[in-house]
Amino acid sequence: MILPTLFRRSHRDYRCQQFVEAVTDYLEGAMRSRDRARLESHLRDCDGCEHYLAQLRRTMELTGHLRVDDVDALGSQARRQLLDAFRDFHHST
Amino acid sequence: MALPGLALHPRGDAGHHSSENQYVKDVASDYSDDRVLVAGLRRGDDAAFGWLLDRYGASLQRLARSYVATAAAAEEAVQETWIAVITGIDRFEQRASVKTWLYRILINVARSKGVREHRTVAFASVRDELDADEPAVDPNRFVRAGEARAGSWAAPPVPWDEEPEGRLLGTETLAVVEAAIAGLPPNQARVLRLRDLEGWASAEVCNALELSETNQRVLLHRARAKVRQALESHFEGSTP
Repeated sequence: MILPTLFRRSHRDYRCQQFVEAVTDYLEGAMRSRDRARLESHLRDCDGCEHYLAQLRRTMELTGHLRVDDVDALGSQARRQLLDAFRDFHHST
Repeated sequence: MALPGLALHPRGDAGHHSSENQYVKDVASDYSDDRVLVAGLRRGDDAAFGWLLDRYGASLQRLARSYVATAAAAEEAVQETWIAVITGIDRFEQRASVKTWLYRILINVARSKGVREHRTVAFASVRDELDADEPAVDPNRFVRAGEARAGSWAAPPVPWDEEPEGRLLGTETLAVVEAAIAGLPPNQARVLRLRDLEGWASAEVCNALELSETNQRVLLHRARAKVRQALESHFEGSTP
């Protein structure tokens, strides 16, 4: 059987440069299970890639911290005008 | 937190349910349920419209800003969007969520404003961004082809992910992230903002920006890789 041999070789040959390109598919759950297993197996043996993945997760988390739900983003005057427009529209229809 | 709009609530009972950092919830009306929200908007319920304004105002403004040249033009786009919501809610067919509908209106308004301004970023092609050859990590950081262990890290990531929480979440770090996002090509920036900043699901982003799942993922991949790199450069340069 040729398949198991190919699989073993590709498994051993899995490189960091492939990992960094596949990592978003991995995080998004958009990977076939065999590719996922290869990636996870590489990850277990590679400190560099482990850090890379941890850093991407940190990056996502930090980006989330930029979110400011400023209730006043609109400005109180604009908000009042829009609420007036809403009322006018409903009273005229 | 004072929410002026809810003072106008006909039942006037919002005060009993106020909390410091949550939106005031009306007992009777849970506007996070689209059916309740749409019904409220259609019958002219101020509180429903106020809820929508407060829930999406800041986020619409941020997204609009990525299509037009000035903050003032972005504000105009947001205002026009709200007017379209007021006048169009009766025709809204509820095949998509209110959120998707709202953002689609904004994107159409903001995009056409951007076009009128002759602003190139408004119609910067997704195709151009996808076609660009942009490896996630500088190829020079890997062992060259032909050598033993080709493709393995030659210069592995500086382990900044182990920095103490206090330093990671400091304003300095967040400024680095903000600047890195501002420097992204427009479509990458939009996808990253909606996914990682606004917390949208990938299907919602694909819908609003009219992207395939695959293309959305490629844009997200490149955007995150660049922001990660900016953080690494920052910590590399400043770690004692």
